[in-house]
Amino acid sequence: MKLNREEVLHIARLARLGLTEAEITRFGEQLSNLLEHFQVLQQVDTEGVPPTAQSVEMKSVMRDDVIAPSLSPEDVLANAPRREDDCFRVKAVLEE
Amino acid sequence: MPYTIHEAHELLKNKKISSVELTKAHLERVRQAEPKVKAFVTVTEKLALEQAQQADKAIAAGKAGPLTGIPLAIKDVICTKGVRTTCSSKMLENFVPPYSATVVEKLNAAGAVMVGKANMDEFAMGSSTENSALFVTHNPWDLDRVPGGSSGGSAVAVAAGEACGALGSDTGGSIRQPAGFCSVVGLKPTYGRVSRYGLVAFASSLDQIGPLTQDVTDCALIMNAISGHDKRDSTSVPEPVPDYTKSLKNDLKGMRLGVPKEYYVEGMQPGVADLMKKALKKLEELGATLQEVSLPHTPYSLAVYYIIAPSEASANLARYDGVKYGFSYNGDTMWDSMEKTRQHGFGPEVKRRIMLGTYALSAGYYDAWYVKAQKVRTLIRREFDSAFEKYDALITPTSPTVPFKIGEKTDDPLAMYLSDVCTLPINIAGVPAISIPAGFVDGLPVGMQIIGKHFREETLLRVAYAYEQATGWWRKKAVV
Repeated sequence: MKLNREEVLHIARLARLGLTEAEITRFGEQLSNLLEHFQVLQQVDTEGVPPTAQSVEMKSVMRDDVIAPSLSPEDVLANAPRREDDCFRVKAVLEE
Repeated sequence: MPYTIHEAHELLKNKKISSVELTKAHLERVRQAEPKVKAFVTVTEKLALEQAQQADKAIAAGKAGPLTGIPLAIKDVICTKGVRTTCSSKMLENFVPPYSATVVEKLNAAGAVMVGKANMDEFAMGSSTENSALFVTHNPWDLDRVPGGSSGGSAVAVAAGEACGALGSDTGGSIRQPAGFCSVVGLKPTYGRVSRYGLVAFASSLDQIGPLTQDVTDCALIMNAISGHDKRDSTSVPEPVPDYTKSLKNDLKGMRLGVPKEYYVEGMQPGVADLMKKALKKLEELGATLQEVSLPHTPYSLAVYYIIAPSEASANLARYDGVKYGFSYNGDTMWDSMEKTRQHGFGPEVKRRIMLGTYALSAGYYDAWYVKAQKVRTLIRREFDSAFEKYDALITPTSPTVPFKIGEKTDDPLAMYLSDVCTLPINIAGVPAISIPAGFVDGLPVGMQIIGKHFREETLLRVAYAYEQATGWWRKKAVV
């Protein structure tokens, strides 16, 4: 279970996580070691066993859609790194 | 001065002390102890004194509830309106939430006083509080050792007498392991028992909020205040909330306790094993019947946990994009800004888990890793279910070792992960568990873990209380 450099870069890109050269090497080694340890799961017979997503039996929870006050735009934008009027300001999303 | 909550309540109710006096005494203790232990990210002195004045008015009007005027610490992963909530991360170092968590609203309504926000492993990922991006917290029993984690600051605030009690969060042991390492009481409630609205999400199928306190009675009092359904958290369960103080009884007659042998294995320090033997004998003397039981899938818990928790974390932490709040790197393009925001905003352990989780969820690996882990999770859960057909509770150590030295495990993720080996299965199954002081090995604390059925916190509290009253370990206080 050895992750190569391309695989590490691929995962980092999926996660939109910038990594330094040192991190690429270190995470490659550490993740490989951990995954090797986690291989023990392959020994477990799970034929016919359903997966558990959460541990308490509950069905989808719905509630009535009742109109109620929400946070004010000022509150919502108070932590914004960059804003313009009542909007979050971001760099161009669509590239040429 | 380290009054328990119920002791302080008696003094407040009988006007022997005011909440302002009690709060000032704790703030003074914070000033003395903080340079050595560093439990708090933010000390909210002004707010605390305002809340104490309000509490004194309520007490004068004869409206003193069990938590009115009581100084508490809140883990810095729980949102507090107007008070910065950092998750001990550079990413949220200056984040001021626009709303409070439900548990904070409930404590406010109960008249509690908040002395500050407690340090933790960044985004609650860790077992020693060394992953805080801000600073390291020290164990009051030995300042060269870790307090455990991730709720290390909460446990230390209680152990060092800086607060009467605290709230923490527990995803794989983050309340119980530091409680054990600091000789305080820590409860992880059943999944769904306490609302998580306003808890910054780490692994949503595992996270729970719970109390850290000096004794079991205080644990019951905080549980009474924070439990219950919340329409803002669709995973909270609409089960009625009992009065948890009613389960504090002094004997264990008729109680059937299981001792799962997989928790007493290699890697366990001999001193811890000896203390556990004595603890089991004490439980028998109190009237319980003890029997060895086997939960054969226990050894797979570590792998299951470290696939499921990072997978959920990788999705939850996708929100930190530098756009809406938090640290933001102003790069050349949108993608560049996002990647560098996450590169510079997250610390090494958070990055490691995001990478691990992203890998386990990625195309081609999802079935082999994530779904496989979820299936083994079912087997672990079923084992607990069948054990609880025969036993009222299960007894294990909280950790296989006493608190380790600061720096001892920071270079070896797997060694660090292994320190949670006794607490991880409980979150996987979603059942409740409590850690209570069980004695000391060479002056260092050891915790005993009591595990119960879904929504049977009362059983845990009963066993914990009877043991606590018979041993009194909690009375021994760290000197800082």
